[in-house]
Amino acid sequence: MSELTPLTGEALAEIAACADLAALDAVRVRWLGKKGRITEQLKHSGKRVASEGTETVVALQAARQAIEGALAERRAAIGAAALAREIEAGRLDVTLPGRGEEPGGLHPVTLARLRIETLFRRAGFDVASGPEIEDDFHNFGALNIPANHPARAMHDTFYFADGRLLRTHTSPVQIRALRERGAPLAVIAPGRVYRCDSDITHSPMFHQLEGLAVGEGVSFANMKAVLHGFMEAFFERDLAMRLRPSYFPFTEPSAEVDMSCVFCQGQGCRVCKHSGWLELAGCGMVHPHVLEACGVDPERYTGYAFGAGIDRLAMLRYGGNDLRLFFENDQRFLRQFRAFRA
Amino acid sequence: MKIPVGWLSEWVRVPWSASQLGSRLTLAGFELESLTAAAPAFSGVVVARIEGADPHPQAHSLRVCRVSTGPGPPLTIVCGAANARSGLKSALALAGARLPDGRTIQTAMLRGVESQGMLASAKELGLGDAASGILEFPQDAPLGEDLREYLRLDEPVLDINVTPNRGDAMSVLGIAREVAALGATVVSGPAITSAAVLRRERFPVRLDAPAGCPRFAACIVRGIDNTRQTPPWLRERLRRGGLRAISPVVDVTNYVMLELGQPMHAYDLGKLRGGIVVRLAQTDERLMLLDGRTVSCAPDMLLITDDDGAVGLAGIMGGERTAVSPSTVDILLESAWFAPEAVLGRARRLGLTTDAAQRFERGVDPTQQERAIERALALLLPITGGTSAGVDVTAAAAQLPRRESVTLRRARLQRLLGAEFSAAQVEAALRGLQMSVAPTDEGWQVTAPAWRFDIAIEADLIEEVARIVGFEAISERHAQAPQRFRPLSEATPAESAVLAALTGRGYQEAITYAFVDPALQQALFPQTPALELANPISAELAVMRVSLWPGLLQAARENQRRQQVRIRLCERGTRFIAQGTDTLEIDTLAGAAAGPRTPEQWGAGASQADAVDYFDVKGDVEALIAGTGAAESFRFEAAAHPALHPGRAARVLRRGEAVGWLGELHPRLVKQLDFTYPPVLFELDVAGLAVSRAAYREVSRFPQVRRDLAVVVDEAVTLSSLAERVTLATSSLLRELRVFDVYRGPALEQGRKSIALGLIFQDISRTLTDDDVERLMASVIADLRENLNARIRE
Repeated sequence: MSELTPLTGEALAEIAACADLAALDAVRVRWLGKKGRITEQLKHSGKRVASEGTETVVALQAARQAIEGALAERRAAIGAAALAREIEAGRLDVTLPGRGEEPGGLHPVTLARLRIETLFRRAGFDVASGPEIEDDFHNFGALNIPANHPARAMHDTFYFADGRLLRTHTSPVQIRALRERGAPLAVIAPGRVYRCDSDITHSPMFHQLEGLAVGEGVSFANMKAVLHGFMEAFFERDLAMRLRPSYFPFTEPSAEVDMSCVFCQGQGCRVCKHSGWLELAGCGMVHPHVLEACGVDPERYTGYAFGAGIDRLAMLRYGGNDLRLFFENDQRFLRQFRAFRA
Repeated sequence: MKIPVGWLSEWVRVPWSASQLGSRLTLAGFELESLTAAAPAFSGVVVARIEGADPHPQAHSLRVCRVSTGPGPPLTIVCGAANARSGLKSALALAGARLPDGRTIQTAMLRGVESQGMLASAKELGLGDAASGILEFPQDAPLGEDLREYLRLDEPVLDINVTPNRGDAMSVLGIAREVAALGATVVSGPAITSAAVLRRERFPVRLDAPAGCPRFAACIVRGIDNTRQTPPWLRERLRRGGLRAISPVVDVTNYVMLELGQPMHAYDLGKLRGGIVVRLAQTDERLMLLDGRTVSCAPDMLLITDDDGAVGLAGIMGGERTAVSPSTVDILLESAWFAPEAVLGRARRLGLTTDAAQRFERGVDPTQQERAIERALALLLPITGGTSAGVDVTAAAAQLPRRESVTLRRARLQRLLGAEFSAAQVEAALRGLQMSVAPTDEGWQVTAPAWRFDIAIEADLIEEVARIVGFEAISERHAQAPQRFRPLSEATPAESAVLAALTGRGYQEAITYAFVDPALQQALFPQTPALELANPISAELAVMRVSLWPGLLQAARENQRRQQVRIRLCERGTRFIAQGTDTLEIDTLAGAAAGPRTPEQWGAGASQADAVDYFDVKGDVEALIAGTGAAESFRFEAAAHPALHPGRAARVLRRGEAVGWLGELHPRLVKQLDFTYPPVLFELDVAGLAVSRAAYREVSRFPQVRRDLAVVVDEAVTLSSLAERVTLATSSLLRELRVFDVYRGPALEQGRKSIALGLIFQDISRTLTDDDVERLMASVIADLRENLNARIRE
């Protein structure tokens, strides 16, 4: 027994000195392997006389257990140290930028249009569309704007040699939708429209939102509710609305729609030219001549129509003050509007 | 339409402040565009008299004036105006005066003479753009009175937008009528009495086109002096109304037009030959107008003529030959009524806009022609002297417009507006507008006054009632709509999802004009005819796009010019393809990419700086195709496109039908358009992206086996032909075919390439054995050797 203790001590010292798993294994072989020092002694002790042997065997086995324990402990320690080193070596600067494609985004006008479509669909309107090249009948005649009518001067129209034209408003879609589908109906028609005009607030191409609801008993009061509801939903805030009488050949009564300024809450600011109001749409009850031109009985049915500038709504919602910038398509300008929007 | 409030107040009691008036009118349909003072802010300017004017000793263009402003000693004022003369009453800016431009007048030495103020011109005081000398006032101008008092320059002026249906409101009188209706008061203008007629004299007038001109009032005035000055108050009213003073005769006719809405004209009687005939023009009949322009008339244009030909374009502008001048002594005043239909559009066709045409087109009161002349005489004779020979009216009574009565039903009013108005409200509103209102069982019979040209049907009356009572009186009410389900086609790709596929891959959506540069489009699509605009806004935006590429390339160039190296733009919009006399409007999705393959980033390997190429963008197109749920129905086929690189262009087919193009911009165009990196373009018909409802396929639970194969084939052999053979040779057990390398180089013979394929096999009902797979591979190899002259690389 007493001669075994220094032996164990030697083994434990060797184990403690091991820096890696290979060295540790060599130590294990030297002491506990088939020809290891402890193993050899155990073999020898078996041949001794039983009386003195038992005691030695017990001691040897205790030594082996001690060494095995130390080996396991050392193995775990070396493993932990290696993992710690690995982790340390793998430390990142997590503030470096990520890799891959940079996402693009939608044009602000598209963002506004999709939002408008969603809102109106939820209120029971369908989305309709129509051609951008129109004839005189759909763009003017059927809308109660005969040739020579002074209202035509308000539409700087682009013409083609054969008399066709680029629609100056989305109102022709009213005519097409009514003629194709008849009453009752409730549609909006967002789309591109064209006028020969270009300055900070006018672009020769811009986007309009047309709305039309025709049915039995559809009234001016309904129109007010829809327009007010839409504007508040679009801007996600309470707004005051006022309708100002106006004139459109295809509606009567007609009105301009003013909403309290979304920037100053009606207090007056640069955007609303200190009036507290923003003119955001035109509207009115569909003129009986228009209903007749579409084969709808104006005695039975009444309806309202409205038109608003999508670009202006987009500017008010998302920013920007020069309409022309919207169509220059500078990527730095467009990228600002990237976002998950609905 | 500019309305000075003081002038308006002569016609109606205005119960509101100017800004209240503005908002009342706005809420009645006459939008206030601006509310300004009659003159910009200035101070310290008074009426003064030049007592003497001597030459300046040092400067012969200047004069040294002695100027008095009252009883004190005169001031010394140096003045350069040619009309600075002794005895003249004018405007003097005293030392300390502030002018509209912000200047403060100070006593100053002018070429050695001290000037104690400044004699001012109209322009310097913001009273007009005529800078021909200092202001001239009549002798009764009160010396020393502040100019703002004397000329009432603090009078507010409303600028009101009058809609085209309300010609009747294009005058002080017209707005006064609206104010009366809104304020429940009455119009009470200055009394208009007939001028004394000492000697009756009649100028012959014949109406040969009575439909267009059924009423023509005329009056001879003799012995006038048209060189007199129009008094400042009248000049100022014209200026505030937006017109310039010219001569007493013209000023007075303009004044009456602004006040009563009746355009008038004055002829130099001495220049008229024979009598006046109002008739339609002959084709190409020529007339030199007052503004010096000669117009060539069409046969639907109405002319005023004398024995020598046309003397005026009826309702639009008078002629040069018979125009009044300073030396005119005798005149013929005209106050006629022209039917809107006879004037509409004519001025615009001739490129003219005149105050007269604007009014006649919209409708002038057909009953007040004589009144207008009487008003003019009352203003003119005190200025110019002379005598009137009596107003003479030639009329074709049957052709004058008549106001029919219109039925207004109470129930209809309520149904259309969704609001209930009392009978008293309705009647008060209509009577306030001077309509005659007769109650009936169902509502009312209403007749509009002569000046209203916009009341023909019931809806017109409903509008008037709502307008006068006020739209705010109609409460919002939501309609009760039935809950109907409209069809929602799943075949139509959701727009936001399609765009999201592209934006998720780095594209920024653009919106470009539908009209493009014809030269650029011609370079890209020389064979496609484009629809030309007859009146483009510029030569660069003159034809309708046949593709979205011209707009996108233009946008790409602009971005490149602004140092945006990496470009990824997409657009959805219409392209316009001529088809006979019709035009197809094709809903289109397109994109353009150029510049480095990925945004600049660290540690992404060497290929990141490579330019985007055909295959990068093909990947984007394939992502769109994947969204259709039927990727296998699409094919890319090498084809020639004039805008694309001949070796890097593909037509995109779906079930054999062309739905788009993909390719790199032609190197010639890359150079021509100055692109640093060659853009890769795609364009797809949105209809071609219709969604197929995917057929469900069972997913195998058995293991898949992969075998790789490197095949050496001729350059001409495309992947799609290779894939077709492999598919044929492997029956239904081939789950997927992947390409993981394409190699060309010294290890291969000239004109050959090596394509490395990964073949993935799987059965739906059992585990494939090695034998199965070996058999399949053998059959693939045999097929490729036989049909594509392929060699298998080991």
